[in-house]
Amino acid sequence: MLKLLLSRLATAIPSIAGVIVVTFMLTRLLPGDPAAYFAGLAASPQAIAEVRTKLGLDKSLPEQFVGYIVDLAHGNLGNSLSTGQPVVAEIVNRLPASAELTLVALFLAVGIAIPLGVLAAVKQGTWIDHLCRIVTTAGVSLPVFFTGLLMAYVFYYLLQIAPAPTGRLDAFLSAPTDITGFYLIDSILTGNLETFRGALSQLALPAISMAIFSLAPLARMTRGSMLSVLNSDFVRTARASGLAPRTVVFTYAFRNAVLPVITTLGMVFSFLLGANVLVETVFAWPGIGLYAVNALLTSDYAPVQGFVLAMAVLYIALNLLIDLLYGLVDPRVRLDS
Amino acid sequence: MVAIPALAVEDLSVEFRTRSGVVKVLDHVGFTVEKGETVALVGESGSGKSVTAFAVMGILDAAGKVTSGRAMFGGSDLLAQSERDLAELRGRELSMIFQNPRTALNPIRRVGQQIADVLVRHGGATRPDAPREAIKMLKKVRIPDPERRAEAYPFELSGGMCQRIMIAIALACRPALLIADEPTTGLDVTTQAVIMDLIGELGRDSGMATIFITHDLGLAAEYCDRIVVMHAGHIVESAPSRALFANARHPYSAKLLAATPGETASLASLVSIPGGLPDLRRADLPACRYSGRCERLTDACAQPLPHKTVGERHDVACWNPL
Ligand SMILES: Nc1ncnc2c1ncn2[C@@H]1O[C@H](COP(=O)(O)OP(=O)(O)OP(=O)(O)O)[C@@H](O)[C@H]1O
Ligand SMILES: [Mg+2]
Repeated sequence: MLKLLLSRLATAIPSIAGVIVVTFMLTRLLPGDPAAYFAGLAASPQAIAEVRTKLGLDKSLPEQFVGYIVDLAHGNLGNSLSTGQPVVAEIVNRLPASAELTLVALFLAVGIAIPLGVLAAVKQGTWIDHLCRIVTTAGVSLPVFFTGLLMAYVFYYLLQIAPAPTGRLDAFLSAPTDITGFYLIDSILTGNLETFRGALSQLALPAISMAIFSLAPLARMTRGSMLSVLNSDFVRTARASGLAPRTVVFTYAFRNAVLPVITTLGMVFSFLLGANVLVETVFAWPGIGLYAVNALLTSDYAPVQGFVLAMAVLYIALNLLIDLLYGLVDPRVRLDS
Repeated sequence: MVAIPALAVEDLSVEFRTRSGVVKVLDHVGFTVEKGETVALVGESGSGKSVTAFAVMGILDAAGKVTSGRAMFGGSDLLAQSERDLAELRGRELSMIFQNPRTALNPIRRVGQQIADVLVRHGGATRPDAPREAIKMLKKVRIPDPERRAEAYPFELSGGMCQRIMIAIALACRPALLIADEPTTGLDVTTQAVIMDLIGELGRDSGMATIFITHDLGLAAEYCDRIVVMHAGHIVESAPSRALFANARHPYSAKLLAATPGETASLASLVSIPGGLPDLRRADLPACRYSGRCERLTDACAQPLPHKTVGERHDVACWNPL
């Protein structure tokens, strides 16, 4: 298992290097001149040139790249031009908001999709199978920003049972003491039930929008994988040996069927990282997605660069985790490496 | 003295409902297996051998329906039992070994654990004792270094080893009846012999009845007391092995024998059987499903199939036997 971890870590290094180069190039190639933007509309050419020198944009690309690498090595992602704040600090501050939203959505999706998929396969052709089909079809055909807007419209505007889509917490509730950065956990740890309820009601709509979006591929994969495993030779052996139905379905079938579901989970998670940007925009969620969108709109390249880098590192770490999880379940992977 | 057979299948019919219509896979199949006896079920691919076995075991897939018949086993009809009662019997009183041992074992569970699962389920051992009992079973099927092999996963073992594990699973609870569905297909000839000897020996030790499914008549003759010949869901002939080889009465059995390499026949003299199995989805299947390929076809063959006894435990379902 340690060998598997090390070999996967080794393959992650070139990916990280690639990401560093690509983020650098990408932000330099973005349309718009940050110097002109920040010098202001009425700025003279000299003023723009001054700003450009201040930002270091007058240097050659290789020089800029070396500077960028040196900064990175010091854990410095530069400062946002519009707020003047260090990008690293902003991302670290905002990451818990995004992480809480994404993880709650993911748990919700997994908690519904896997039992639904398993039941649909075991009771093929019954109402639960049809329900599974409806859910997966609906989930695929609804884009996440649309679900988000629709939910806000119905539950906030029409029915008025949800709070206004304005961030993590209602204006007159104060944020819980920062322990994990997750409001749901921190409010419980500090025994602040009112804040917990407030945070939960704010979180509900965006999390459900994202959960609906990731439910479909998970449920579909679980059902399909479970069906094919239930038809496999070794499940027939298990049945022919008289093993209890529960053992056959869970110990024999499900553990094998979960392998492709783990792979799908990794894919869904990376979709969610992207969907975050849209959902955070719709619900004014103060996460890193919203931060990146605002930066992008003002050609503020340091935050964009930081965001892309953070996402890429997250994505690579996530794939590492998925590989390890896979190795944990499947001895063929574990022992082959 | 009339002994009660270990298994008596009577009048068994099975249909599969498929998208392209109802397939009448088994039609009034009947045969018996005495206690301690080894009976071969032979016939070409698609003749319904596996379906017969699955029906008896109660593990037909959802599309398959038993439409008539009984399978008397230990005083009760297997086909009339609830799934729950049947699950109690499977693995304990009647067991099955499958073709393709590599895929027939759970790929991500240690083989010792898979044997232990069966033992624990049927009260052959308690959870804490099960690993030790599983190792004993591995010794019994003559796996070298059983303590270490018990910890292996199927992909770490050869096909022959996997088939021994299958045998260990099937025989763990000393069943009264074993159905071996082409247990040696896909194994090399030496391993084939080892596996067949192992099944025969363990069966004799415990007085177990065995049904051995194969399309290899040579193998059937070598290891079985009697041979039951199937064609397109009918049993066309059943006889003691020697009697069948000496004096096959059904035209299909005779063709099968002629197609089997043996001491007397050289490879060059092998004949293939003309034609193929009839399409079992047809509504107007002839009474004799071999009639389309038969050289001895007469008008009499349109009548319902006869069951003629032509010798000691030798039956044939043909109007014009050889
Ligand atoms: N699930 C199923 N659905 C439809 N038809 C089936 C199904 N299973 C088996 N059959 C049909 O039943 C017939 C007999 O199949 P069976 O597997 O019993 O043959 P077999 O004698 O065991 O052949 P083989 O030597 O190839 O194993 C075949 O014509 C097959 O098409
Ligand atoms: Mg078969």
